[in-house]
Amino acid sequence: MGEIVLQASHIHKYFEDPVKVKVLHDINFSINKGEFVSITGKSGCGKSTLLYILSTMDTEFEGDLSINGVSTHLKSEEELATIRNEKIGFVFQFHYLLNEFTVLKNVMLPALKLGKLSPVKIEQNAMLHLENLGIRDKAFKKANQLSGGEKQRVAIARALINDPLIIMGDEPTGNLDNKNSQIVYDIFNSLCEKYNQTLLIVTHDKSFASHTHRIITMNDGIIISDSPK
Amino acid sequence: MNFRLILDISRSMMMARWQQTLVAAIGVTFSITMFISLLGFMNGLNDMLDGLVLNRTPHIRLYNDIKPTEIQPIHKTTNNDRIYAFINSVKASNSRMEIDNSAAIMKVLNRDNRIKGICPRLNAQVLFRSGTIDITGMVNGIEARAESELFSFGDYVNSGKAIDLQFVPNSIILGKGLAEKLLVVPGDMVQLTTAGGERLSLKVVAFFQSGIADYDKVQSFTSIQTVQKLLGKPNNHVSDIQIKLHDMSLAPMMAKEFHTIYGTDAEDIQSANAQFETGSFVRNIISYAVGITLLIVAGFGIYNILNMMIYEKMDSIAILKATGFSGKDVRSIFLSIALSIGLAGGLLGLLFGLIFSRLIDKLPFETQALPTITTYPVNYDLKYYVTGLTFALITTFLAGYFPSRKASSIDPVIIIRGK
Repeated sequence: MGEIVLQASHIHKYFEDPVKVKVLHDINFSINKGEFVSITGKSGCGKSTLLYILSTMDTEFEGDLSINGVSTHLKSEEELATIRNEKIGFVFQFHYLLNEFTVLKNVMLPALKLGKLSPVKIEQNAMLHLENLGIRDKAFKKANQLSGGEKQRVAIARALINDPLIIMGDEPTGNLDNKNSQIVYDIFNSLCEKYNQTLLIVTHDKSFASHTHRIITMNDGIIISDSPK
Repeated sequence: MNFRLILDISRSMMMARWQQTLVAAIGVTFSITMFISLLGFMNGLNDMLDGLVLNRTPHIRLYNDIKPTEIQPIHKTTNNDRIYAFINSVKASNSRMEIDNSAAIMKVLNRDNRIKGICPRLNAQVLFRSGTIDITGMVNGIEARAESELFSFGDYVNSGKAIDLQFVPNSIILGKGLAEKLLVVPGDMVQLTTAGGERLSLKVVAFFQSGIADYDKVQSFTSIQTVQKLLGKPNNHVSDIQIKLHDMSLAPMMAKEFHTIYGTDAEDIQSANAQFETGSFVRNIISYAVGITLLIVAGFGIYNILNMMIYEKMDSIAILKATGFSGKDVRSIFLSIALSIGLAGGLLGLLFGLIFSRLIDKLPFETQALPTITTYPVNYDLKYYVTGLTFALITTFLAGYFPSRKASSIDPVIIIRGK
């Protein structure tokens, strides 16, 4: 197999409030480059919690997380932000675009923050991504003027802008109808096949999960099955 | 690069909520406007009131005071157990009031580059004849041109010109109160009698009105030569030398210096008029206190609006953080929103403050006591404008600091999960 992109080892997680509850128990797995992985499970099984830990946003856990071979343990908040900026692209259930900005600007923001390319070059890249996702004509609209499916495609374009190591999705189709869910799946699938993009998607949508290459099933905070297709 | 991005994001956030932003900025503008006009007006009044006394008062006055000798005979005895000295009261004698060698002293003072200018004076107690009674008064022999230049003498003269004292022989300017008592108008003659019995008739050329009624009831001015003639003294006879300095704060030190060199008494303005400094100081404190209170109120307004903005923008903050903006970046965004409001509001406030000051400056203000003032006095000192803007930035910074710290510590997980 290819190189390891993300490695979780012995991850335990508790919720303290109101009483101490264990939500994740000894999670161990790794994701290789180019894999299209889904995490499924019943509501409350800890799959979203795991995703937030894997995405470096939640740092209160036991165990270790390595991204691209580098441990995130003991990194500062600012260093973690840089990792998220550079290595991880996000797609959420709710579209979470910034309504103050145009679609184009929303897509450009993470790259502007990274600051590796000139704004002109970033704009070209953003337009390219929007074009690939079929929403080039919406580029100069405000984010809140778009439909749900369109918003989610903008979010995917934003996730792609920094050419991330891995794209993470938290129920990316959870708020979409079947047609749009299918579009989103097709986009993910083609990203994986054409560009060897690594994807990690949390979903309770069985049919979505069944089309991915590897399904990790969780129940009550532990992994009960991990099956490459 | 990053800085420009942050400014760009803050601008978009402000534009999205431009009404709130405007209200916050208006709060700052209003308080800075009031701060500037209040301080300008207060200090204008201060300067005018101080000017009433301080402008006319020499920074150092050289004169010979009537007082007993400092070294009494008793000081000359050797003190021991066997001698008990008890003569200690040689009274002040009728010594000469004039300044010795005044011409030479004035020559030296004129060359001193710390000194802006000097005015000799010769004062005399006189009686003004009015019908059957005599009215006591003072006649000040002055050099009208120098007095006008250094001590704004001309500003307090009305119904005539100060300089006429030099051009019209045997002329006099009477205090307004004194003139009313004597029932004379410019052009009339008044008769003076000195303590020595000398008599002289002088022509009234103008009135003098200082704004201090008691002063105007006894004072009169004439040329120094006229007083010398009145007292029967030679033309180098001078009783006071008034000195105006470039830097008033040097006065106490220089007064000591002149006292040692010339052997005359030397009084500096600080010891002569200590109460005026105190008055200005207290008035200044009051106006600053009011101005700062206004700013703090505006600061609370900004604090509220930013807090609301942060609640509204929770989602945006979470998404910024998820896509790689650090807590520090988020804090900078909200701080730059606060500071932009402070800067824009503050600058507008300075402008409106200036306009407001100009308006106050145009309001008519006429009073009997202050003949030279026709409109309300306003001080346009740059330092109030600098202080105003500095305070605006400091308050908005503080008002933005706490909300922005809260924004920076928002946990994106809670927001994203919360839906």
